[in-house]
Amino acid sequence: MTTFLGMPGLPVATERGTLRGPDTFPVAARRALADTQLRKNLGHATSTIRAKRARVVGELDDWEELRAAGAAIKADVMARLPELLVQLEENVTARGGHVHWARDADEANRIVLDLVRAAGTPDDPVTSVVKVKSMATQEIGLNEALAEAGIAAVETDLAELIVQLSDDTPSHILVPAIHRNRAEIRQIFLDHMPDVDPGLTDEPRVLAMAARAYLRRTFLAARVAVSGANFAIAETGTLAVVESEGNGRMCLTLPQTLVTVMGIEKLLPTWRDLEVFLQLLPRSSTGERMNPYTSMWTGAPRTSDGAPDGPQEFHLVLLDNGRTATLADEAGRQALHCIRCSACLNVCPVYERTGGHAYGSVYPGPIGAVLTPQLAGMHGHGADAPAGGDPVDSLPYASSLCGACFDACPVRIDIPSMLVHLRAKHVETAQAQRRVPGLPASAENAAMSAAAWVMQDAGRFSFAERGLQLGRLLARDGRIRSLPPPLSAWTTSRDVPAPPAETFRKWWARTRGDRS
Amino acid sequence: MTTSARDEVLRRIRTALGRTGGAAPQPSPVPRDYRTSLGQEPGAPGLLDLLVDRLVDYKATVHRCAPDAVGATVAAALAARGARRLAAPSGLPAGWLAAADVETVTDGAAQDGGALPVATLDAVDGVVTGCAVAVAQTGTIVLDSSPDCGRRALTLVPDYHLIVVRADQVVGSVPEALPRLDPDRPLTWVSGPSATSDIELDRVEGVHGPRTLVVVLVEG
Ligand code: SF4
Repeated sequence: MTTFLGMPGLPVATERGTLRGPDTFPVAARRALADTQLRKNLGHATSTIRAKRARVVGELDDWEELRAAGAAIKADVMARLPELLVQLEENVTARGGHVHWARDADEANRIVLDLVRAAGTPDDPVTSVVKVKSMATQEIGLNEALAEAGIAAVETDLAELIVQLSDDTPSHILVPAIHRNRAEIRQIFLDHMPDVDPGLTDEPRVLAMAARAYLRRTFLAARVAVSGANFAIAETGTLAVVESEGNGRMCLTLPQTLVTVMGIEKLLPTWRDLEVFLQLLPRSSTGERMNPYTSMWTGAPRTSDGAPDGPQEFHLVLLDNGRTATLADEAGRQALHCIRCSACLNVCPVYERTGGHAYGSVYPGPIGAVLTPQLAGMHGHGADAPAGGDPVDSLPYASSLCGACFDACPVRIDIPSMLVHLRAKHVETAQAQRRVPGLPASAENAAMSAAAWVMQDAGRFSFAERGLQLGRLLARDGRIRSLPPPLSAWTTSRDVPAPPAETFRKWWARTRGDRS
Repeated sequence: MTTSARDEVLRRIRTALGRTGGAAPQPSPVPRDYRTSLGQEPGAPGLLDLLVDRLVDYKATVHRCAPDAVGATVAAALAARGARRLAAPSGLPAGWLAAADVETVTDGAAQDGGALPVATLDAVDGVVTGCAVAVAQTGTIVLDSSPDCGRRALTLVPDYHLIVVRADQVVGSVPEALPRLDPDRPLTWVSGPSATSDIELDRVEGVHGPRTLVVVLVEG
């Protein structure tokens, strides 16, 4: 597969189908937009969480200073990544843990599988593991890889459980079942949860208690847990997992073996840095002053009396899988600063309408639109591009560039600028592959090529038009400063008048009675 | 023999950063212009009120008492709960359970068979512990596996957790809490009982962790 404008020797992520969906964004988005129930669920959920976040962020008069510190710490991490990773490894190892390195998804899956197997005996093999919600393990398709080897991975986060039971895919980073309402969740439990009370109501409390009962025995008997990590402290070797339900504590405490899979970018240099991120993350993600539970452990943890406290077999798997390829692009590497709070999803007018599935990646929303193309690589219009266009190539266009994501981001990731940058790169790649000679890679050039790509296809074009309608909502004083494709690159240097309430195509369709 | 994954990933990172050998860059300065303190001494009355306000907001039950009334307050809370059999860490201060009409099993104690099995923890009516630090601004209590906090499983499996917090353990904000904690110890930061907001963003208290959190705040 194509390494998009890659540096030699910096391969993009291996494909397990979790980053590149089956359809381009406009196609998938159109399908999602037709689902009124989905739009209702999303609208309710995102507006609720936006209000909660705004309230708790408003309580801190030093929020902007915290954001600035968060951004600076992450930039420092990237600049010193090799040294900090080695320091982390030393500290984890010195305290009884083991560190593994994985170049890509397949290698990470193999490492985890070997560790799970090693935790059992020939007479008593491990046939299931409990899991704490983790984006990294979703990205590498770990559950599927374990299943192929006959090992069941039980998701223990309530929303992940809902997704897993219904054989669905997550649609939000933080609330993976955000696209489901209570009635749908009740039905999923009735259909798929063994021994569930048939008198189950759709009260959230009743549903949560059903999940508690279902998972309790599994937790108490689990021998191996697999987790992700929110933070790892290079200076101390400490890992941190931030959660709400206590399923994380169960997984991180009760089994004998714990395997944590973490992207290499999740590091923080010092213990003190937690004072910034433990303030930024909960307020940005769930809109709480603090999440109910945060677990921190270092190596094979011991109490102050020296007694074992939690898994004494601890393995940390450090994952590349396209992250170094992302790091190579100076204008794109900020995407690695992301702490997966999901604030940018909740404020995004595009995400709010299409939901997460339309992005076709485990990383949806604004951050997904910049992270996925860099991790997985774009195809341009090359010979190996899938028919109908590469779904990943369409992601940098899945935005109206309104800027809400930047304002919400706790580490000040400039997603809008990165989207423009990736659009330009996409067009340049496409041009290079079509051997269009002599055209400088100017903004207008990029805009025109992007326009050509959009206009080639009626579906893409009508999606872009819907973006224009959105532009109307975003216009101030009848001007808008940034446009969705095809004209986005124009508006980096000019304003455009707000579009009319009805597009020509809509007017034509209406007056001609033609619905196509 | 091919390159190890470790060397390969480290090489890729250096390539991506455009670093060809040479020393590591110095840490870049981080602007820390945010508040590193609420400006009140640990245990200041304002901090205690703030902590209680936050805890109540998370649906924890809070009792405030004087140092000589801890035993009676704990006893009353346990009686109200109807708790008969309690788990406790080995270093729980003697007076805390003295007035309570309960049977106690002590984790790690020889007479109770050493570390309590999970099944025992699952069968007790609750657990009573101390804590390491409490953060007023966020309503957070940190457990650090010291003798009065116990192992992490002890405060996880039972369905009822009563924590005794001394006033001098209450600091203002997260930046004031971290220097008081030892990263080598397993830490659990608790902010209210376990909860989920996974169904339509409605907060439901009490999922897998203890469903009831009771805090006895010892003032003065
Ligand atoms: S990009 Fe920023 S706002 Fe979006 S999930 Fe990441 S940290 Fe949160």
